[in-house]
Amino acid sequence: MSERPTVIAIEGLTKRFGEITAVDAVDLDLRENEFFALLGPSGCGKTTLLRMIAGFTGPDAGRILLDGRDMTPVRPNRRPVNLMFQSYALFPHMTVTQNIAYGLEMEGCGRDEIRRRVGEMLEMTELSPLKDRKPEHLSGGQRQRVALARALVKRPRVLLLDEPLGALDKKLREQMQLELKRMQHEVGITFVIVTHDQEEALVMADRIAVLKDGRVMQVGAPRELYEYPASRFVAGFIGKMNFFAGQGRGAEVAFGDGVLTGTAPGGVELAGPAVAAVRPERLRLAPQRPEGSLNAVPGRIVDIAYHGQDLNVHVEVRGAVDSAGGEAGARVLVRLPAGEAEEGDWQAGQDVWCCWAPAHTRVLAM
Amino acid sequence: MPSPARFWLGAHLRLVYLFLYVPIAVLMVLSFNRAGLPTAWTGFSLKWYGALAESQAIINAALNTLIVAVISTVLATLLGALLAVGMEYRRRGPGLEAMLFAPMIIPDIVLAIALLSFFTLLDFTLGLHSIILSHVVFNIAFVCAVVRTRLRSFDWAVFEASVDLGASEATTFRRIILPMIFPGVLAGAMLAFTLSVDEFIIAYFTAGAGQSSTTLPMQIYSMIRFGVTPEINAMATVVMLVSFTLVLLAQRANKGVVGV
Repeated sequence: MSERPTVIAIEGLTKRFGEITAVDAVDLDLRENEFFALLGPSGCGKTTLLRMIAGFTGPDAGRILLDGRDMTPVRPNRRPVNLMFQSYALFPHMTVTQNIAYGLEMEGCGRDEIRRRVGEMLEMTELSPLKDRKPEHLSGGQRQRVALARALVKRPRVLLLDEPLGALDKKLREQMQLELKRMQHEVGITFVIVTHDQEEALVMADRIAVLKDGRVMQVGAPRELYEYPASRFVAGFIGKMNFFAGQGRGAEVAFGDGVLTGTAPGGVELAGPAVAAVRPERLRLAPQRPEGSLNAVPGRIVDIAYHGQDLNVHVEVRGAVDSAGGEAGARVLVRLPAGEAEEGDWQAGQDVWCCWAPAHTRVLAM
Repeated sequence: MPSPARFWLGAHLRLVYLFLYVPIAVLMVLSFNRAGLPTAWTGFSLKWYGALAESQAIINAALNTLIVAVISTVLATLLGALLAVGMEYRRRGPGLEAMLFAPMIIPDIVLAIALLSFFTLLDFTLGLHSIILSHVVFNIAFVCAVVRTRLRSFDWAVFEASVDLGASEATTFRRIILPMIFPGVLAGAMLAFTLSVDEFIIAYFTAGAGQSSTTLPMQIYSMIRFGVTPEINAMATVVMLVSFTLVLLAQRANKGVVGV
């Protein structure tokens, strides 16, 4: 992917609420025409960050540059940025058309222009048949589309979306994820979405910033974050991950009687407590310790669950730490493709070796 | 055949309504009685309504009441609605809450004396304007309370959404908040109007000495000192019908809930 020009540059942005630092010296670049996700657990400061970009919350330090212009003194109604609210915040006394037209009226657009642009937006969001309805007569998904149309019709430089799919049921959510991505492509506007759902972020975003306690832990493309997490937190937060804890040295972790080899982020030389992290789908099972350079740890199968396309095998390994941060003696999850493993191959209670390639191993500080 | 419990509950309900409305019904019937005495029905007549229309004192009092009610309602509605929005947008401490309810709770007579002392202290000439101000005082609290029930379930994100779409705060209030709370504002205004129309004690204390600022309740009071006349029955019927209609309208207005 070629480097796109920056739209919004966030520099050292900080916000405190009393004792709590909600956003802590955040630096971020949001680029032209990208789908950007702010991902993190609740309370990580992602919504505060979004509200600062929109202008509803003022920063204690740092600044936000939009096309090189400092936005700090600009009031929210003067910023070329629009926010789609989590609750959608549709105006209940107005029809769909009136809701969408409101922002253009505020800009002082002419009647013909308003009619044309609202019409285009109704078309694109497939709301034309509902244009004279009031929000109370719309379903959740339809309301979400109205909220989106109302913000997009203003053609903002950046569209901010605060947990836009949180209020929808699972099936609709998956459908809307693709829909949102399609619309972002179509309008070519930078979308910044706030979500706590890592799967959602992986599916939709071009780039993701993972936040924790008001700090940016890592920024990167979904694949980058998934395959090469730079910290234990990111490794555990995105997708399922198995951790093997031990003494770290270089790109190795001493575990049990052996050593687990992998790669450390940015070639950092580790010394001290560390974990070797590996995804469940990268693990394979063997009855004996395999020959060669594979990483391998012994354990005992405690549980096998059939999931259709794959087989989830839980293996108890002494000293393993699962992604929930469990204690020694925790379980390791091995995800075998159903095509490779017959159901009778493995049984609960069986002693096995979990093995995987060093290339799929991430060595991270504890 | 309904169950006994239902039967007795129904009977109880009817009795309560009878208790409430029989005296009023008697008054209304007597206002159409040809004879001036409440003791016997001597035939249907509209002559007391005619007498009412000819009494200059009563017409003046009615006009005064209307002036007081309209102006105090407009002022109280404006201030009360804004107060309600302010109180709900940013929650305040319980002390301020309690103080807001005070004009509704403290006895009218106390408020009346307080206002009179206050006006006297300021060397304020009493008259219709002082009644208006006094009515605004307690009506603000009532309007505010009614509008606030409306705002309890208000999604303040619509306020931010409007600003986000480019509107100023003033435009947001006019185009978004006011239309959304309008039924509540209307209900509050109608309540304020009815309260003002039949308010006696505070008006009596703050009216001053002149005849010119006599309101309808004060006029009625001065008339019944010489016994209940059929004109008063007629007037009471008119006042009651007006109040009743307004209360019904107010209830109706506040029912059609806007908001999702």
